[in-house]
Amino acid sequence: MTAPVLLRDFETFAANGGGSGPSWLLPLRRQAIDRFAALGFPTPKNEDWHFTSVQPIAEGAFRTVADTPARSVRLTASDVHAFTFARPDWIRLVFVNGRFDASLSSGVARPNGVTVTDLAAAWREQPDLLERHVGKIADFQRTAFTALNTAFMHDGAAIQIAPNVELDVPVHLVFVSTPEAAGSASHVRTLIVAGHHSKATVIESYVSLGGAKGYFTNAVTEAVLGDGATLAHVKLQTESEQAFHVGTLQAHQGRDSHLVSFSYAAGGELARTNVYTLLAGEGCGATLHGLYLLDGEQHVDQQTRIEHAAVNTFSREVYKGILDGSSHGVFNGQVYVRPEAQKTDGKQENNNLLLSARARVDTKPQLEIFADDVKCTHGATVGRLDEVALFYMKSRGIGADQARKLLTYAFAAGVIEAVGVPEVRSELEALTLRRFTGAAAGS
Amino acid sequence: MLDIRNLQAKVGGGSDILKGINLAVKAGEVHAVMGPNGSGKSTLAQVLAGNPAYEVTGGSVTFDGTDLLGMQPEERAQAGLFMAFQYPVEIPGVSNAYFLRSAYNEIRKAHGEEEVDPLEFLDIMEKNLALVDMDPSMMNRSVNSGFSGGEKKRNEILQMAVLRPRLAILDETDSGLDIDALRIVAEGVNKLRRPDNATIVVTHYQRLLNHIVPDFVHVLSAGRIVKSGGKELALELEERGYDWLESPAEFVA
Repeated sequence: MTAPVLLRDFETFAANGGGSGPSWLLPLRRQAIDRFAALGFPTPKNEDWHFTSVQPIAEGAFRTVADTPARSVRLTASDVHAFTFARPDWIRLVFVNGRFDASLSSGVARPNGVTVTDLAAAWREQPDLLERHVGKIADFQRTAFTALNTAFMHDGAAIQIAPNVELDVPVHLVFVSTPEAAGSASHVRTLIVAGHHSKATVIESYVSLGGAKGYFTNAVTEAVLGDGATLAHVKLQTESEQAFHVGTLQAHQGRDSHLVSFSYAAGGELARTNVYTLLAGEGCGATLHGLYLLDGEQHVDQQTRIEHAAVNTFSREVYKGILDGSSHGVFNGQVYVRPEAQKTDGKQENNNLLLSARARVDTKPQLEIFADDVKCTHGATVGRLDEVALFYMKSRGIGADQARKLLTYAFAAGVIEAVGVPEVRSELEALTLRRFTGAAAGS
Repeated sequence: MLDIRNLQAKVGGGSDILKGINLAVKAGEVHAVMGPNGSGKSTLAQVLAGNPAYEVTGGSVTFDGTDLLGMQPEERAQAGLFMAFQYPVEIPGVSNAYFLRSAYNEIRKAHGEEEVDPLEFLDIMEKNLALVDMDPSMMNRSVNSGFSGGEKKRNEILQMAVLRPRLAILDETDSGLDIDALRIVAEGVNKLRRPDNATIVVTHYQRLLNHIVPDFVHVLSAGRIVKSGGKELALELEERGYDWLESPAEFVA
């Protein structure tokens, strides 16, 4: 998937109609691939990728899904049941190896004022909505992977919540990869448009089935939050440890809106999650939580960028990492306060727990403040399990191993509590405990 | 029950803090260990509980005939030893109920008994909460997190009540307590006294011993027991201070 190969692939793709779609789409794709050609894959010299080499992706032989015929992978509801939180009533779109699978999806009982459409259908059914937003929020000028996604984007979802509508079930997008995904690159794209004073939850799950490996997911989600809108976005990345993943959520927020993001990253051999938001309207804010659990040889990088661009905007951010084995974690949290963003109130925290001597984390809080009347704090810690607490637990009869696992779980519990969807919260608690305790949480 | 012989210990790379402690505790007895700051009282408690920050450099300790010093802290707890911490540790993210149930079940497992489920455990807890005048809502909070000094100490006694140790060591449990909290804690300890268990009360002040009446009082100075006596020794210390006992060589037990 070297840059020259990608440019050639794009020409083939364009000659075949560029995945069809409205007339403005192919020029947008071309703009994006031109930008990618200029940017190239990021190198560690690029400040945004200082601690992460994308060489395995750049040199991997991945074929874009958009450019290849759909392979015949048939999954049944029971295959994907484990990823549904036992909630068949949620609005759910399922994608298998990057392709929308209508038979596994269940968006039937959509409440009034809510439209959830798979992207291929949305090009036809909502061209105006897509034209207004797609490529306008996710910045392909600066970010090579977003440029690549924009050039090749194929399947995905378009979610529209009408003004003043409160959606009482989450919209759940499940991206499943199977062993047949080996050697493929899928550029899935999602657009979320939350009308003014609407309220909704969108969950994106990136999962692997049956030992899937050697594939690349490059996902981009753009979100527009109208005035007073609240959008809870949950990303659960539990891909196989031999998968490659780059995922970006980029939001644009109107006045008094609130983005509540939770990002869980436990999968991938090489994975990167970006959460970017522009606090464009007065009084709006973002609450960002993240948890990364790494082991073995995993390299997982998270970058957040909160741009305060209006007065009285706020941001709250807590990311926690637990690293075992020879894993390498990266956290880069950028907070940018524009000169006009007076009275900005920002708090950022990143805490890391190293469970092995070989695990490593690079944490880089980054505050750039150009207004003079702001309140911004940040802090980062890297530590090991508290020996005093371990002794306290042991002195009560709890075995050394169990005490370690319980303390490790407790470290993560603080951010898991921030997840607003109870089913997801329980699942994360169980996942974390399974990974570190082999026991059930209980009360 | 507990037999300490010529116990010597130090912390980190320093010199010995305990310089030869001899002490025998039988079932049913309450022993008070007193002494000025730096005399080694707390070190004795920590060494008995197995705190890895301390290093035993000589001597022996047997607990019900078993070599205590060869056991891990959790094995000591499972064998029936309990130390109430002077500074109970905060564990954010682990609920008090879950923590205590885990401890309770680990000890049961060590004795080949079945674990209890959360509902059964609720019963056990409710009976003991009243003993230390603790609100049940405290059980849903993280272990000691944001607890006041008095709440932390009561929580220690609650743990002791639930785990029912054979030997309880109270490490300066009275420090930082107002008189009401002190009374609650002391009453809790008194109600837990049984003919088959024993208590070692480590304290700087005599006042706790007005509420928990000891059978024996030992005075520690510079790492040795320099005087032992009955409960009246505590009153004498209250009156005269520790200064008159400052030449340990004459009083080696």
